[in-house]
Amino acid sequence: MITAALEEREHYLNASYGLKSWLLTKDHKRIALLYLGTITLFFALGGLFATMIRIELLTPQPDLVSSETYNKLFTMHGVIMVFLFLVPSIPATLGNFFLPIMIGAKDLAFPKLNLLSWYLLVAGGLCTLGAMFAGGVDTGWTFYTPYSSTYSNTYVIATALGIFIAGFSSILTGLNFIVTVHRMRAPGMTWFRLPLFVWSNYATSLIMVLGTPVLAVTILLVGCERLFHIGIFDPALGGDPVLFQHMFWFYSHPAVYIMVLPGMGVVSELVATFSRKRVFGYGFVAFSSVAIAVLGFLVWGHHLFVSGQSVYAGMVFSFLSYFVAVPSAIKVFNWTATLYKGSISYDTPMLYAFGFIGLFTMGGLTGLFLAALGIDVHVTDTYFVVAHFHYIMVGGTLMAYLGGMHYWWPKMTGRMYPEGWAKLSALVVFLGFNLTFFPQFVLGYLGMPRRYHVYPPEFQVLHVMSTAGASVLAVGYLMPLVYFLWSLRYGKLAPANPWGATGLEWQTSSPPPTHNFEEPPVVTHEAYDFAALLEEAQVG
Amino acid sequence: MASANPLALREQFDTAAQQKDASVLAMWIFLVTEIMFFGGLFLAYTAYRSFYPEVFGAASRTLSATIGAVNTAVLLTSSYTMVLAVRAAQKGSRKALIWFLILTMIFGTVFLGVKAYEWHEKFVEHHVPGPSFHLEGEPLQGQAQLFFSLYFAMTGLHALHMVVGMGIMTVMTWRAWLGRFNADYYTPIDVAGLYWHFVDVIWIFLFPLLYLIDRHVPK
Ligand SMILES: [Cu+2]
Repeated sequence: MITAALEEREHYLNASYGLKSWLLTKDHKRIALLYLGTITLFFALGGLFATMIRIELLTPQPDLVSSETYNKLFTMHGVIMVFLFLVPSIPATLGNFFLPIMIGAKDLAFPKLNLLSWYLLVAGGLCTLGAMFAGGVDTGWTFYTPYSSTYSNTYVIATALGIFIAGFSSILTGLNFIVTVHRMRAPGMTWFRLPLFVWSNYATSLIMVLGTPVLAVTILLVGCERLFHIGIFDPALGGDPVLFQHMFWFYSHPAVYIMVLPGMGVVSELVATFSRKRVFGYGFVAFSSVAIAVLGFLVWGHHLFVSGQSVYAGMVFSFLSYFVAVPSAIKVFNWTATLYKGSISYDTPMLYAFGFIGLFTMGGLTGLFLAALGIDVHVTDTYFVVAHFHYIMVGGTLMAYLGGMHYWWPKMTGRMYPEGWAKLSALVVFLGFNLTFFPQFVLGYLGMPRRYHVYPPEFQVLHVMSTAGASVLAVGYLMPLVYFLWSLRYGKLAPANPWGATGLEWQTSSPPPTHNFEEPPVVTHEAYDFAALLEEAQVG
Repeated sequence: MASANPLALREQFDTAAQQKDASVLAMWIFLVTEIMFFGGLFLAYTAYRSFYPEVFGAASRTLSATIGAVNTAVLLTSSYTMVLAVRAAQKGSRKALIWFLILTMIFGTVFLGVKAYEWHEKFVEHHVPGPSFHLEGEPLQGQAQLFFSLYFAMTGLHALHMVVGMGIMTVMTWRAWLGRFNADYYTPIDVAGLYWHFVDVIWIFLFPLLYLIDRHVPK
């Protein structure tokens, strides 16, 4: 009966049927779902490699794989997770789906370009996966020269080509988002009425557009170097391998913010909705995203503290790396201040948001350890670094991604997920995550280097803890996969605004019609104006 | 599709002005990404030229400044005809638009032809990086190769952008021939012009950096 009622109304999912209606769609919502499916597969594959790494590390001796295979495992884990999952994750799925709706637009400015971006990600992914099945690549996701350009005998060029192509997907998404935010806002949607999720995706897009081309040209030069031996990074001809590190990190440090800024945007939405309060210091939170995007381009040298960079450059980069922590801290303080005297409800998305705030804070603070010249020398290339960036990327981004998925799932699919299971999954993910990665801080501090699969026996206890945690984490990730799919058929029907939230996306039906709104919205008040929402409800 | 009516507004936009603004902004952002892309090469160039100024000077002197200057003039002229093409589009004169686009392509082809001739010379003179590389009278062969690696990477990528530009011009000429543009709708011509000028500007930087360094030092 109820299902029949849902089917009667036309929305973006039942507007047309068939494979072609998806593969040639120009609807940003459908493209978001294409991305969702694609990156879920990439995540599963990257997770599979992580699983093999963790199993290998159960014992101090090599038992599951050889050293060569182990090198390939951590390389492929890194390449897939960074370039094919984390970089597109929130912007290409939740951003693609909700950025146009949140600003009251019918679509992104360039729908065909949006579809092309997805095809580029798929093409880049296939290229990279092809290289893996052909025999893999063993340079680490960082592709440091001269190993990658001269010595490695693995499929460097094919993998690099895949990343190059996927990079254009990211550039086009960023370009599309920037133009959309500038030119497609609904009447009354001023810059300072934009939801913070839009601000953070805007800042992310700036980084995508400014940083990714540098990665592209760097990869291109490594490819030319391998193919034609032209010497750009080859010390034998007077080339400088450290130049590669500068160019690589000029993109790849800002890329950390490509990965985490959208997550911060999600958390801003969640904290406001489930505290029923306007985000404290809205302007500061909005501008801190832009500040992170700008300052993020000035700190790459903290990856070169032990690469023979001059000590003065090191000091400047160290100072700037401390400085970039300020806008991140502004966000954390403002989220906390938003909670203060809020009427907080502990729904699943909020649990994930709490997880994000705690884990991101730990990741950020340990980042300050690494930005200090002296400590960095001690922990460079150890598990301390590994734990640090997993706290940011998995503890931060992935928590926010899952929080956002739960928050917007009813809007995307028109179905509620089972709340009890979802709360349990948030708990399992949080516990599993900490059990996996906290021991790695200790391991690194004690001197366990990254990228080794053989280690002294006294490290085994901590490695076993980490592997046990990874198993718990895997269960935590499988649960949402199962109950989300389950909910598509059996979930309760979602109302238009299940959380009592304020954004424009909650004023249209669940799931939204193809053009997002029955009639073009006109915005009359600030973001997160819960009082106005209440008034409208009473008048209505 | 827009084929029936060129003024047709794509459905995501509310007004023609909004559509045009969006397209032009998108091209500017794209050009910013291009600057960052070439920027990586300029960075490598700057680093190595400051490491090895004498070798770079000696290697640069093997390039013909005359040919480079002539080619610069050719490319600048093509930018001029491109401006005239945009002007013709603005005024809605289809014939002039087509002719100026064709002229732009002719100058572009001349530029690429001269470039191909220069590259061919490099092959003949063994100035192409690789095992047979040899720069007469230069003790530091490796570092001289670096200059030519950058020379080929930079002029090669620039030429690739020219080729893409010629492709765009061909499509634009075809669409102009079909009468798709008029005084109210010529955004694609405008945007294509931006791209063409950008490729020109890149060359304006490449020419002195590659051809004109260390010319004042008497041999
Ligand atoms: Cu960094």
